[in-house]
Amino acid sequence: MKIAVCMKQVPAKDAPLRINEAATWVREGDLSFETNEPDAFALEEALRLKEKHGGEVVVVSLGPERVRQVIKEGLAKGAERAIHIRDEEFYTLDPLQMAAALAGAVREEKFDLLLTGLQSDDHGFGQTGVVLAELLGLPHATIIMEIEVQNGRVRVKRELEAGWFQWIELPLPAVLTIQSGINKPRYASLKGIMAAKKKEIRDVKRADVLPPDQVATQATKRIYVPEKAKQTEFLQGTPKEAVAKLLEKLKHEARIL
Amino acid sequence: MAEAILVVAEQKQGQLNRQSWETLVAGQQLAETRQAPLAAVLLGKGIAALAEELAAKKTDEVWLVEHDLLEAYTPDGYAAALRQLIQQLQPVLVLLPHTYQVRDFAPKLAASFQRSLISDCIGLGGDSKQTVFVRQMFQGKVNVDVVPAGDPPHFASFQAGAFRADALKEGERKAAIKQAEVELAADQIRSKPEAPFREAKQAVDLSQAEIIVAVGRGIKSPENLDLANRLAALLGAEVGASRPICDEGWLPMERQIGSSGQTVAPKLYLALGISGAIQHVVGMKGARTVVAVNKDANAPIFEVADYGIVGDLFEVVPALIEALEKGS
Repeated sequence: MKIAVCMKQVPAKDAPLRINEAATWVREGDLSFETNEPDAFALEEALRLKEKHGGEVVVVSLGPERVRQVIKEGLAKGAERAIHIRDEEFYTLDPLQMAAALAGAVREEKFDLLLTGLQSDDHGFGQTGVVLAELLGLPHATIIMEIEVQNGRVRVKRELEAGWFQWIELPLPAVLTIQSGINKPRYASLKGIMAAKKKEIRDVKRADVLPPDQVATQATKRIYVPEKAKQTEFLQGTPKEAVAKLLEKLKHEARIL
Repeated sequence: MAEAILVVAEQKQGQLNRQSWETLVAGQQLAETRQAPLAAVLLGKGIAALAEELAAKKTDEVWLVEHDLLEAYTPDGYAAALRQLIQQLQPVLVLLPHTYQVRDFAPKLAASFQRSLISDCIGLGGDSKQTVFVRQMFQGKVNVDVVPAGDPPHFASFQAGAFRADALKEGERKAAIKQAEVELAADQIRSKPEAPFREAKQAVDLSQAEIIVAVGRGIKSPENLDLANRLAALLGAEVGASRPICDEGWLPMERQIGSSGQTVAPKLYLALGISGAIQHVVGMKGARTVVAVNKDANAPIFEVADYGIVGDLFEVVPALIEALEKGS
């Protein structure tokens, strides 16, 4: 099986965000980055499928130079090679453009299966995988918690709302978007890290994969820190003092305890 | 219906979900601001009674798309049927509830028109000419104002709770119900869905709990859950969790609160070491009083908290337990 995994790099969960001057993105210079969480689960799932059914895993990433870190991590964990769509201004792309760039990079490769995380922790569009499927003319299923491959088809367990699930069968090739928690992602071994150094990373430019007539269909006017929906009262002091204030508030203000 | 706004309602097992009504509220507001006609559409089979429910609300027409191939949801079937209706009606805006089902087909539908979905919106702005969609980025830490670019139709979905279903306006008279004719063939539908099922028998019903002690990543290890359990016992509370805790198997799935778990509305919600990602907040923002304990003063959970303690939960919670034990 030839499997592609789309992986994104996003600001680390606890990274304090500061908005850039143009109010279009955050100041990247201040930030540490990590692999988008569901994408790490998608990679692990791809590696397990390869180990079971044979084939290769190719990491596909769109973003600036820093994305190399995610790619190298993927190669160290066991992916065979990678495609890096280099784009310093990836954040200006709308979801259709992002998916079109990914589609442009993978179309000729004829993958059997393409995996993405179900959404990214930065833009949070939650649609790249589905749009990628549409642009490639492939069937898809989203928010996947289990994958079984048999005879040119996949049977997948899709998460529904409020604790419900559903099994769905799809012909291959197909695109699946992976939910966090589907597996336990492995750590890269020292051997894997060494081996990754010799693996192929194909660099492509945005212009190579994104047709110029694919214009944005939604535009960011500005990004900003939201005004608080609630007025939070912060309780100061030592833990003991803060807790005493809290109990006082809950008894006499909120009248709960 | 030129310039119209089309709301896609969602039904399951003969019921319209709450998010459909919330999205209809968004549609009603936009129709008023833009002085545009409003239509709603419902897909499925044997759903005429639900169309009547929609038609009673303030809207100009209700479209009913019934077909054998729409009885069970598939992204291919829904996208193809809606595509035909949209080509026929030519609305300027198509609004959808941001449910798991919509996340599955709406991006495909939009892409088939060479558009992208303005997804998971939490509010609306702008004027009669241009609508501004407010959505969140970076797990709810940042808001973004988005405007559609290029020619219509444009597509947007709304987060649960973005609008209040009780703000829904009743119609002065019943809206016209129209049957849409769509052509669907079985071989267009590539995926074969099986019947939905539930894994856990819902032993705990968190939606009925008066007080919930909820834990997140900050709890660090399953051994530390004992702290939450002791606090919950003292408060007569149920223990809930954000997704990562249940993914790790530290607590069973039925205790998960958020978009993929339970939606709760207790009197008191204590969020311990929960950062407050959108997916979690969606499930608990209906709580009357929210207390958040987190090391990170910028954690988005504080956006929805009434009382906040910035600190180490391993110091704060034991202090709280001690105070409660003394008090009782």
